[in-house]
Amino acid sequence: MMLLAILKISIRALQRNTLRTLLTMLGIIIGVAAVIAMISIGNGAKAQVEARIAAMGQNVAMVFSGNVTRGGFSMGFGSAGTLTQGDFDALRKEISGIVGASPEVRANAQVAAGNQNLLTTVMGVGEDYVSARSWKFASGDNFTDQDVRSAAKVALIGKTTATSLFGDGDPVGQIIRIKSAPFTIVGALASKGMAMFGNDQDDIILVPYTSAMKRLSGGTSFRSFVVQAAAPDLLPTVQQDISELLRQRHRIREGADDDFMVRTQQEITEAATETSKTMTWLLGSVACVSLLVGGIGIMNIMLVSVTERTREIGVRMAVGARGSDILLQFLAEAITLSFFGGLIGIGLGIGISKLVSVKAGWVTLVSTDSILLSFAASAIIGIFFGFYPARKAAQLDPIDALRYE
Amino acid sequence: MDGVRLAAAGSGAVAVASSMNPVIKLEDFSKTYQSGEVQVHAVRGVSLSVMPGEFVAVMGASGSGKSTLMNTVGCLDRPTGGRYSLDGVDVTQLDRSELAMLRNEKIGFVFQGFNLLSRTSAVENVELPLLYARGISGREQYKRAMEALEMVGLGERALHHPNQLSGGQQQRVAIARALVNEPKLLLADEPTGNLDTQTSIEIMGLFQELNREGMTVVMVTHELDIAHYTKRMLIMRDGRLIKDEAIQNPLCSSEELAKLHAEQSAVALAP
Repeated sequence: MMLLAILKISIRALQRNTLRTLLTMLGIIIGVAAVIAMISIGNGAKAQVEARIAAMGQNVAMVFSGNVTRGGFSMGFGSAGTLTQGDFDALRKEISGIVGASPEVRANAQVAAGNQNLLTTVMGVGEDYVSARSWKFASGDNFTDQDVRSAAKVALIGKTTATSLFGDGDPVGQIIRIKSAPFTIVGALASKGMAMFGNDQDDIILVPYTSAMKRLSGGTSFRSFVVQAAAPDLLPTVQQDISELLRQRHRIREGADDDFMVRTQQEITEAATETSKTMTWLLGSVACVSLLVGGIGIMNIMLVSVTERTREIGVRMAVGARGSDILLQFLAEAITLSFFGGLIGIGLGIGISKLVSVKAGWVTLVSTDSILLSFAASAIIGIFFGFYPARKAAQLDPIDALRYE
Repeated sequence: MDGVRLAAAGSGAVAVASSMNPVIKLEDFSKTYQSGEVQVHAVRGVSLSVMPGEFVAVMGASGSGKSTLMNTVGCLDRPTGGRYSLDGVDVTQLDRSELAMLRNEKIGFVFQGFNLLSRTSAVENVELPLLYARGISGREQYKRAMEALEMVGLGERALHHPNQLSGGQQQRVAIARALVNEPKLLLADEPTGNLDTQTSIEIMGLFQELNREGMTVVMVTHELDIAHYTKRMLIMRDGRLIKDEAIQNPLCSSEELAKLHAEQSAVALAP
């Protein structure tokens, strides 16, 4: 029998019970759609993490101050304030292979300009910070090392904050009041986009760290340093050198734990991509389970169909159908079911990921791989779960089948 | 397939003598089933020849072995003892697929319950055996199916589905399906069992006509008057052939139909 004829017969047989066919397909449709949607969400998250890490700057290492443990709970790195001005000066002077370094002080503060008033993140940083982060200026320029030394009341402003305070006008040259101290805006940063967990990287004001410590936070220690190495392959040495320097300065004995932490960008990248990869796999495997359930649905319906059509099978055998003809016919039906289910599922999956990115604002990436994967999976499911019912049909005895009521 | 060809070639002088070879040749045929612990002897040694152009009725009570006999003759089953040759091909040694191909080439089946595929048009039902034959194009299948339907007088109803046809018409479609692959043997299993008297006579008329044109017909029935439309009657009992006789004056379907009409109008006229 020709393949075309087999396909025609199986489509005819499936049309005979449209509702049942659709319900059976639904299992595969949902399975395939879930696989595609989940993988696209996972891939989107991964791409976003990568973008976020790229935004950290180039060849960057981070030094975090140690953590405080209060009542058994770690308060997180940076909470202890073990990094001092002395550490920073020593780091700048003694570590070779670095092109820039900046401390970070962070505070949330009330900021006002004219009659506008808002709460935002104010970061105290050094003059190297913006270039280490590879941030760009929309207008104006960076503050200078002179500004840092003199704790000048100058500020750089992020895009979101600028828009909130000044609308579309150029903020450079404007005066803002941070905790009632007037700061002059010398530079406006270009937009960097949304960060991983929805916090806006553009809702920020940067001031010299000296000004921040003197006028805003009042502290004397830093939560972290950002260090930029001259080249990527210098990073491990830089990391090692900083570690040794700080252990020496903090008088940490051999074998005792560090009261700080040095992380390179690569390490952070690896940890983050590992997390998002795990998430993709988790989502994907949950979706695969639903694909499997869809396959079992197909097997179930095919078994029912074989039983219902026992007489038809008997007639076909009586007029000359061989076991292999019957096997092919039922296998073709199962494959047709899963094939069309897979096609619809791919469409639905792409639709869902588009919808998620529009409605929830998550980045989704539909990959060709996931389409091919789920398509192959649905075809294999058709063959695998269709084979047993088809073989059952093929092995029927024509006499019994003809007599079946 | 090769086995079939070899067997046919091996019977020798095929071209010259094939019309003289019996269509059915059973030699001491027996069939034993294992039913749990018990051995059931369904057929115990039947020898029988049916020549081309014969019209045979097989009769017998249920359990007499006539169904087993018909299943074997129809190549749906194989004998457990003795030999069976269909049109010169020894069936005894063939496997399942070879039997299927033999049925496809040489046998046309007509069943009591018609066994048409529902929601499938008459012409597609008739095409069914050609679907499993090799090397027949779709167009050729359709052409031959239409010819077969016209032969049974249903050319105009080719696109009707079985549920749009009367019982007699359905059985005609089934007969067209049995004829479409030009078989050597037409096997009918109680073909009139589900039909009223008039339709039964019409169907028997169709069989008689096909037989006059040379078709070999073997029919199972339990109605004696139906058996009298054939030319030879076999009676089975307890797995044995107890009677094999020619029917001297077979009934003529057109005469019987005329008689039936006369009776019906007499009943209608009676006060």
